[in-house]
Amino acid sequence: MKTFSKGGVHPAENKIAANAPIEVMPIPKKAFIPVGQHLGAPAKPVVQKGDTVKVGTLLAKGESFISAHIHSSVSGKIEKIDHWMDTSGYKRQMIIVGVEGDEWEESIDRTPEIVREITLSKPEIIARIKESGIVGLGGATFPTHVKLMIPDGKKCDVLLINGVECEPYLTSDHRVMLERGEEMLIGVSILMKALDTNKAMVGIENNKPDAIAHLTSLAAEFSGITIHPLQIKYPQGAEKQLIKALINREVPSGKLPIEVGAVVNNSGTALAVYEAVQKNKPLFERVVTVTGKSLAKPANLLTRIGTPIGELLEKAGGLPENSGKIISGGPMMGKALTQTDIPVSKGTSGILVLPEEDSTRPETLTCIRCAKCVQACPMGLMPYHIALLAAHQKWEETEKSHVMDCIECGSCQFVCPSARPLLDYMRVGKQTVGLIIRNRGKK
Amino acid sequence: MIGVKSDLFQRFYNFVTPSNEYQKRRIIVNNVILYAVVSLGAISIAAAVILYFIAQKFKVVEDPRIDVVNEILPGANCGGCGFAGCRSLAEAIVKAGTLEGFNCPAGGSDVMNKIGEALGLQAEESIPMIAVVRCNGSRTNAVAKVQYDGPSSCAFAHSLYAGESGCPNGCLGLGDCVTACTFDAIRIDEETGLPVVSDEKCVACGACVKACPRHIIELRHKGKKDKRIFVSCVNTEKGAPAKKNCAVACIGCGKCVKVCPFDAITLTNNLAYIDYEKCKLCRKCVSECPTGAILELNFPPQKPKETAPVESATV
Repeated sequence: MKTFSKGGVHPAENKIAANAPIEVMPIPKKAFIPVGQHLGAPAKPVVQKGDTVKVGTLLAKGESFISAHIHSSVSGKIEKIDHWMDTSGYKRQMIIVGVEGDEWEESIDRTPEIVREITLSKPEIIARIKESGIVGLGGATFPTHVKLMIPDGKKCDVLLINGVECEPYLTSDHRVMLERGEEMLIGVSILMKALDTNKAMVGIENNKPDAIAHLTSLAAEFSGITIHPLQIKYPQGAEKQLIKALINREVPSGKLPIEVGAVVNNSGTALAVYEAVQKNKPLFERVVTVTGKSLAKPANLLTRIGTPIGELLEKAGGLPENSGKIISGGPMMGKALTQTDIPVSKGTSGILVLPEEDSTRPETLTCIRCAKCVQACPMGLMPYHIALLAAHQKWEETEKSHVMDCIECGSCQFVCPSARPLLDYMRVGKQTVGLIIRNRGKK
Repeated sequence: MIGVKSDLFQRFYNFVTPSNEYQKRRIIVNNVILYAVVSLGAISIAAAVILYFIAQKFKVVEDPRIDVVNEILPGANCGGCGFAGCRSLAEAIVKAGTLEGFNCPAGGSDVMNKIGEALGLQAEESIPMIAVVRCNGSRTNAVAKVQYDGPSSCAFAHSLYAGESGCPNGCLGLGDCVTACTFDAIRIDEETGLPVVSDEKCVACGACVKACPRHIIELRHKGKKDKRIFVSCVNTEKGAPAKKNCAVACIGCGKCVKVCPFDAITLTNNLAYIDYEKCKLCRKCVSECPTGAILELNFPPQKPKETAPVESATV
């Protein structure tokens, strides 16, 4: 069975919500819709306080090249455009909508029939995806339409669909593949048409045999789509690792996957593409896994963007007494949240509640140069060295040590016997060096 | 030539001309020494000549005054003057030929006057400065709502989240300024969790100003008898959210701006700022501030507020 070659770790899977079917989350009383839910420049609000909006109304426009539109996930009146806490730990601009009823835009096709025939042409598909504000739902939230616009001189010969979901605890992609498999595969066909390729490979880790079996039987009806079971190894869901595992090509440092003729999209994104292109439905809801060993009812909830995570936790049986951390995302790459009124955004794949005993960090000891982190790093970096450079704020040398190639998977910190906060240092190093590089470009 | 053989030459001739086995061996040894001395001597003369010309070619003439100035400077290499170290400053001063625009904050005007004497220049009058921490979000004023357990560095915590109290501009209390200080002049108060600057030790080199990721520390006039008035807050949020996170936040109400008779206070981004150049330390703003965000240091206690209007009423 295929997997990527370099590094990787095996954290406990803990997919406790895997058997919980997708439930529809009730509409919140107030939706907090961030204008910056994607990688790139935040969108600019096109509505004002007091405006009435419907479900699917455009709220903010992504104007720069790498940006995405934001649509209303609820119907009602815009209460204010203000700063509110988001997953970054800082207050960011948000459009706060007071909910009244649930009225959708007429253009959205709400019929349950599955539309298989793709009528739109290639540029129309890309335009529709852009209008619908679709971003990568795996967590990195890179605008999908930018991915589909292939630069001149490059050719995409294979589309890779990421159904790996290697992050422990998270099960939203798994449930999407199981319950909305057909729609997802139509979405894959749409993406294939947009990319002018006749080959698509869906990579699924071997811990989801039901999803593999289900999609394999469905894929027989779709030309060019093949399902590939993969060996379980974290971080296989990372773009570069998936490319290595599925087609054994290596993306050069600092380059995009198109350099080796591949485009990678998440399985959840494929479903969103189907809904946008065939049903004219913008991206305003997504499946969020609410999970944790201490939760009464771990669940996969189809949630409107802008729902405060506190409401999701209520739905999953309430926040347990002994909770130590609430994490947006999975335990390896996720970020601890500071408040429960932070809203769900396009990139929120899961909400993880950790009990006190699991959430405290062990005491940090000195580096013993065991090089376990070097072995674990899937990008072939030297995390102990980069972390040390970043800790001493030697940014030039940090850059020379290829900190920008770090994918922030956290494998290094996971294996470190001294419990050193390697990922924290790497992240700050990446942020600072990225800033230095951008400033250099301006001069 | 044989005819002019002198006595000395004869002796040398006898010496180098072997007459028996013993003499033969002695001559061989003597020859080796002779060759070595001659050849090494020749090399050394050649090398000396080459080195002489190279030294002439690449001669570096350094102004001896640089060493003089360098000797006077404190040698802390703190970088407070804006140069890489004390020697760089010395070079710059000697090169410029004037003391205008140069200041050694660590040495103060004493050192600058000494340099002036040594170089025959007039030193600029510099007003002593000090680092001021513009945040009063202590553990009681800005109560922690979450707990941080990442790396113990402000730069890192700043990149991750707003802070334990939720104030996005407030002091994180992890001591990047303490690490940056080479004069042991700043420390974190255990009780408040805020940095405290020592009036005696601080030389206003500005290392902590650069180290603080939230730009909380500012260099201000030290003031006569260390008396200072400043807005101890850098929060730019609107009043309500600012007050929610911290009891002594500046809410941008603008009362201090109105009361200031010297136009020293400005209000930008919901935040008041006192210009230390214009401030005459009249203390009117301090009692006016509704949240107590304006701090006065080293002043005698102010008269009780109630008595003041009574007196003015009787006049």
